[in-house]
Amino acid sequence: MNSAVVLLPGLNRDRDMIAALTKISGTPPVTVWQTDTEIPDVDLIAIPGGFSFGDYLRCGAIAARMPVMRAVAEKAAKGVMVIGVCNGFQILVEAGLLPGALMRNTSLKFVCRQVKLRIANANTMFTRRYQPGQIIRSPVAHRDGNYFADAETLRRLEGEGQVVFRYAEGTNPNGSINDIAGIINGQGNVLGLMPHPENLIEAAHGGSDGRALFESALGIAA
Amino acid sequence: MIKARITVTLKNGVLDPQGKAIEHALSGMGFDGVGQVRQGKVFDVELAESDKAKAEADLKAMCDKLLANTVIENYSVAIT
Repeated sequence: MNSAVVLLPGLNRDRDMIAALTKISGTPPVTVWQTDTEIPDVDLIAIPGGFSFGDYLRCGAIAARMPVMRAVAEKAAKGVMVIGVCNGFQILVEAGLLPGALMRNTSLKFVCRQVKLRIANANTMFTRRYQPGQIIRSPVAHRDGNYFADAETLRRLEGEGQVVFRYAEGTNPNGSINDIAGIINGQGNVLGLMPHPENLIEAAHGGSDGRALFESALGIAA
Repeated sequence: MIKARITVTLKNGVLDPQGKAIEHALSGMGFDGVGQVRQGKVFDVELAESDKAKAEADLKAMCDKLLANTVIENYSVAIT
């Protein structure tokens, strides 16, 4: 399975994402730049975390309007898997590839710590290597991760199993509605989440709870 | 040239933790009777355009496509 990583000015977790994909798939991902209008044939496109365009206007707002995101949308429409982590999630939401919005944390503080996540849907391309309801650990690092969606959208997300990750056991770091940490689109191939699974994939990280996400997506046996 | 002011505000029912913090700060400073405070954004935009109707349509498109996130925000356009 081949992957691509989207690069934008101001992202700072791109190397972590490249390292995780390389270590888990055995093949380094290709990188695509903000001005690229085409993305090579890959199975998975990853949009890493960081602070694209300095979080100006709204987190992810400027990045979502860059040419590369039109290319990502075209690939997503064709069924290519897309994962957005942290700022990548904010970009996917701003680009309209995922519903809702990510707002300022209710604490108003930048939160950098480990949280617990409940696998709310283990029947997705990204979570099939987890057990339903399984609790995993994951780092978070963000100031704008407070997921919001209107009542109708929320009903649809909950009803269709599109909530994939939930903050567990009172660890919600940002006040997100229904403890939502990550959602998937209706087609089931575009995932966005605030936590950083790419930063918990090997013993040197202090655990490998995030590894199964990439193994699921890349079709690699555990 | 046309000058316009765009005001972007959070929709009713959307939580505004920044507005809340400002509200508390004002009360703490001794401003009595401060009710709800909601924080928004203002954009002053200059347009090389003489047709007011065309300018207004363009400004609304700018709001819909970039300046406002209509999931959580409302906007208003005033040509000055």
